[in-house]
Amino acid sequence: MSSRETILATIRRSLHASPGDRTRAASVASRLADAPAGVIPARGQLPDDKRIKLFAKMLEDVSATVERLADAGDLPERLADFLKSHNLPPQIVCGEDELLAGLPWKKAKTLDVKTGRADGTETAGLSHAFGGVAETGTLMLLSGPANPTTVNFLPDTHVVVIRAEDIGSDYESVFARLREAYGKGNMPRTVNLITGASRSADIEQTLLLGAHGPRRLHVMIVG
Amino acid sequence: MQITSPSFKDNARQAMADADLQRALGNVEKGFINKRAKAVAKLPEFEDLRDSARDIKNHTLAHLDLYLEHYEKKVTEAGGKVHWAADAEEARKIILDICKSVDAKRITKGKSMISEEIALNAALEASGHEVSETDLGEYIIQLRGEHPSHIIAPAIHVNKDQVEADFRRVHDKLPPERNLEAPESLLAEARGILREKFLSADVGITGANFLVAETGSSIIVTNEGNGDLTQILPRVHIVTASLEKIVPTLEDVSQILRVLARSATGQEFSVYTTLSTGPKRAEDPDGPEEYHVVLLDNGRSSMIGTEFQDMLRCIRCGACMNHCPVYHSIGGHAYGWVYPGPMGSVLTPSLIGVDKGGQLPNASTFCGRCESVCPMRIPLPKMMRHWREREFERHLSPATTRWGLSAWAYAAKRPKLYKMITRLGAMALNLASRNKGALRWWPLAGGWTKYRDLPAPQGKTFQQMWAEQKKAARS
Repeated sequence: MSSRETILATIRRSLHASPGDRTRAASVASRLADAPAGVIPARGQLPDDKRIKLFAKMLEDVSATVERLADAGDLPERLADFLKSHNLPPQIVCGEDELLAGLPWKKAKTLDVKTGRADGTETAGLSHAFGGVAETGTLMLLSGPANPTTVNFLPDTHVVVIRAEDIGSDYESVFARLREAYGKGNMPRTVNLITGASRSADIEQTLLLGAHGPRRLHVMIVG
Repeated sequence: MQITSPSFKDNARQAMADADLQRALGNVEKGFINKRAKAVAKLPEFEDLRDSARDIKNHTLAHLDLYLEHYEKKVTEAGGKVHWAADAEEARKIILDICKSVDAKRITKGKSMISEEIALNAALEASGHEVSETDLGEYIIQLRGEHPSHIIAPAIHVNKDQVEADFRRVHDKLPPERNLEAPESLLAEARGILREKFLSADVGITGANFLVAETGSSIIVTNEGNGDLTQILPRVHIVTASLEKIVPTLEDVSQILRVLARSATGQEFSVYTTLSTGPKRAEDPDGPEEYHVVLLDNGRSSMIGTEFQDMLRCIRCGACMNHCPVYHSIGGHAYGWVYPGPMGSVLTPSLIGVDKGGQLPNASTFCGRCESVCPMRIPLPKMMRHWREREFERHLSPATTRWGLSAWAYAAKRPKLYKMITRLGAMALNLASRNKGALRWWPLAGGWTKYRDLPAPQGKTFQQMWAEQKKAARS
């Protein structure tokens, strides 16, 4: 008998379950199909404007910086200003994301935009988040050509663009959108939930920013 | 790793005499307790979420075989492979074979307690692989040739000056005159060295905080981002996970994630929660080409249906040890194997046997703080009591303890005798203390009186007072 069969048989014996038990199978099938929500904190259940404010506040509480743009067209210039104000070179790496590709990059003449994955030589990365969670100021980013995962982790500075309407109250509502986009039970290779910049407290419980991932997280909310 | 749990008492004595360790252990209370309390206070639904998290795991364990089968199906559909390992040896062999099949030289690792449980690093190194732990705490203890002393803060027993000395010893190609006084400079140095390892690794091995049956995803929860760099840069990603990590759906994992970070570090949410499903897709510009999950049993399937099943709800947050007065006094290494603190005192005898780990459940005052903070509401003190019973039944406890307990049991079953002994005992103690209420010495009580006075009864026994009260109430 393979280890797989031995392990499953031991579990069934311990549970006094027979493999053909229809009640147990039905219970599992319905939970997987219905995915019942449990306790959802009231904190994030707010009208649009307040929800976006909570999202920004939660991010600031974890040392991220946040700015709000009424018009996506202003993004290239604002991004160039942000890099300049932190003495960073006017360079950014990003994927083939539709929103990012459609921006008027000519408005920021000095900015050098590299398209593709990051390889560790870039100083700043730009991503478009699939969604946000107001409850804890969490961003959801999906892997793929549009937003390669390496952009989220290799550059020292990570700038994330998110549409205001994509900021949900809780994790459940953003996962529900993910299910709609990819089909039930399917996922992109990597889903990153990001809440702040990289940090470690492994030396004497002293919190330090910039452990292995980005030292700085900047979020631009559009709309 | 060598198991030293049977010499727990000696380990504990040594730990309490270790000045460096005692200084470092001060950071446990400083670093964790208040932060957790503040995070919990900010979320009114926290207690309800604990109930919800407990119920999810109970449901999952009752249907574990079915969820594991569904999980495996989803991983396979996404292009990954699940390897079932009955024990540590089989898990090591599976991982070594994968590394060999891709001719791996450099291996990076994210933090994983399962890796410790199966003693993976030693096996990989013995096969000629270069292994780098990348979590800062794990990196520090790898340099020191040690094992984690805490499940989420593996280097909590190490002080900053010790880290500096280790870095100077191992990073000997860097200028010796460099200044490493600030902890920031230590972090920056480790970051620089590990960045090269990340970029040149052939295989990345991570643990898993959760496995999601609905989607076939493995989840890691970190703050540093090292686990992510470990899994997206090399050609092969291997996940090591024990089978009780499974949860049914994304909704279920959202419930448990809400109690995990708050209980562990007092954060609202950890910085990086990453869901990985299969290898990279054809169109993806980055990510691993192969994705393997090594699903470890190692005795867990036999815990189901026993009085220790609830332990399989554990999500390894560390809250129980952060709040444990015994852990605060002796740290994690004294427990003698992989898992320290209250959760270790329950899990270790299950995994290595009560003959080796039986002393650990005795290292408890039953103060109950562990259970009161456990996000999964695991009745840790109750299970430690079960282990004490088993230890007694199997004649593993010391002869003096057994003799004492037998003598007590004999008297306790004979109320008249019991009353007489306690009355005489109370009188004798009172006389010997000359009515002062405390004794500095008493025969056979040296273990107590060496450190503090023994309180001596000042009046009647409880049973005498009870009888008098009842009598007064009747008249």
